[in-house]
This record gives sequence, C-alpha cells and structure tokens, in this order.
Amino acid sequence: MSKGAGDEQAPSFKREMLATLPSLRAFAVSLTGKHDKADDLVQDTVMKAWAKQSSFEMGTNIKAWLFTILRNEFYSQMRKRGREVQDSDGAFTERLSVHPAQYGSMDMQDFKNALSKLPDDQREAIILIGASGFSYEDAAAICECAVGTMKSRVSRARIRLQEILQVAGQADYGPDAVSTQVTTTTLSLGNR
Amino acid sequence: MGDQRTRIGEGQSDDGLGPNTDIGSRLRALYGSVQDEGVPDQLLDLLEKLDSAEKLQGRDDEAHDE
Repeated sequence: MSKGAGDEQAPSFKREMLATLPSLRAFAVSLTGKHDKADDLVQDTVMKAWAKQSSFEMGTNIKAWLFTILRNEFYSQMRKRGREVQDSDGAFTERLSVHPAQYGSMDMQDFKNALSKLPDDQREAIILIGASGFSYEDAAAICECAVGTMKSRVSRARIRLQEILQVAGQADYGPDAVSTQVTTTTLSLGNR
Repeated sequence: MGDQRTRIGEGQSDDGLGPNTDIGSRLRALYGSVQDEGVPDQLLDLLEKLDSAEKLQGRDDEAHDE
C-alpha cells in the first residue's frame, strides 16, 4: 500500500523536472556564461535533486526548488575552484545558436555586454525576476536574501543596464526599438 | 496579507521589466533564445536512467515486501 504513493509520485516528479529544464538551463547559462559549463551544472543539479526528491513536496514550486539547488551548486563549485569561473564574465557570453529573431545581432551583443558588467547579485536578480518569471518572494528565497534586498537589486540592475545601454547604443537604436517588433502570422492551411 | 500583486505581471511592470519595456523584452529574448535550444540529449538520458533505476529499485522493494 505505502509503495503505491511513491510509484505515482516518481513519474510526475520526472515530468515536472523535464518541464523545468529549459528554463533551468537558461539560468545556468546566465550564471556560467558557457554552454558546456551550464550543461554540467544542470546535470549535477538533476542528480542532486533526484537524490533529495523525498524532501520535495509535490504540488509546491518545483521550479524554485530546482533553481535553489542549481544556484547553491554553482556557488559551492565556484568556491571550491577559487572563483576561476569568475573570469568567464557570466551572462550569455557565448554566441547564441538560436538568435532572438526580433533583435539585430548588434543590439543583442550590446545587451549581453551590458549584462556582463553588472555585479553578480544584481545580474541574477534581474534575470530571475525579469526572465525566469519568479515572484520577488520566490527569487528572494532562491538567493537567500530579504524580499526588499531582491527589489533593490533588481531596480539597481535595471537602472545600471539603462545607463550602459544608453551610452553604448545612442546611435544604434532609439527608445522605440522594441515597438518595432514584428509579429509573425502563420498561414493557416486548415486540416485537409 | 494575501496581496499577491508582485506575482508575474503587475509587479514587474512597476519595476520597469514589464511586457512593453525595452530591458524586460531584451532579457526575455536572450533567456528565451537559450530555452528554445531545447534540452541536450545527455540530460534527457540522465533523467531516463535515474528514473528507470528507481523503478527497478521500487520493484525489488515490492518483491521483498510480498
């Protein structure tokens, strides 16, 4: 009888983990700056998470739980390696294999450079809130800081990014660059 | 209490990262481009292995129970 619950839990733990992997991996790339290192980090995280899945309550936020494990793993590995990873200047430093269609490559390069100039804590804050889609409460729990601290990191990160981008890109793009986003419409051919 | 406005959406437009902001859109485009790469096979394989190892383990346990 007691085994039954475990059997039902295992496949959906795996499913939920699978669903979170793309975002977890993007966060890992933002921390390590390198795809190969990010994949190693995600792999370590998956193994850690699997080993301690009994400490995860199904129905609670698996994404925040996995991000916490990954982030802890990243910083503990960095400490062990004497922060050599730091040299990689985190945040998507590698060339992207899939380029965001709505931005020119120069725009995105400027943006990546700007991100890499942020202090680590501000960069991870603005990524968790702005891109991973966490609430301030969850992001603060992931980073083990107060919600107010998270808010001020995000706000300082945004202001700093704006400053850097304005200086870097005054000639490249105006403030309306985003509103020129193209919406692609797919031709519906019907089912037959 | 119960004020969940800082959840995705509202709270984020306050901080200049909402859907119509330059920085927010760029962040999500960058992050999304990595997400869209898909998950490498080695990771999927690892998850399969962990899962099947656990299922085997579970079956053994059950056999012992009965």
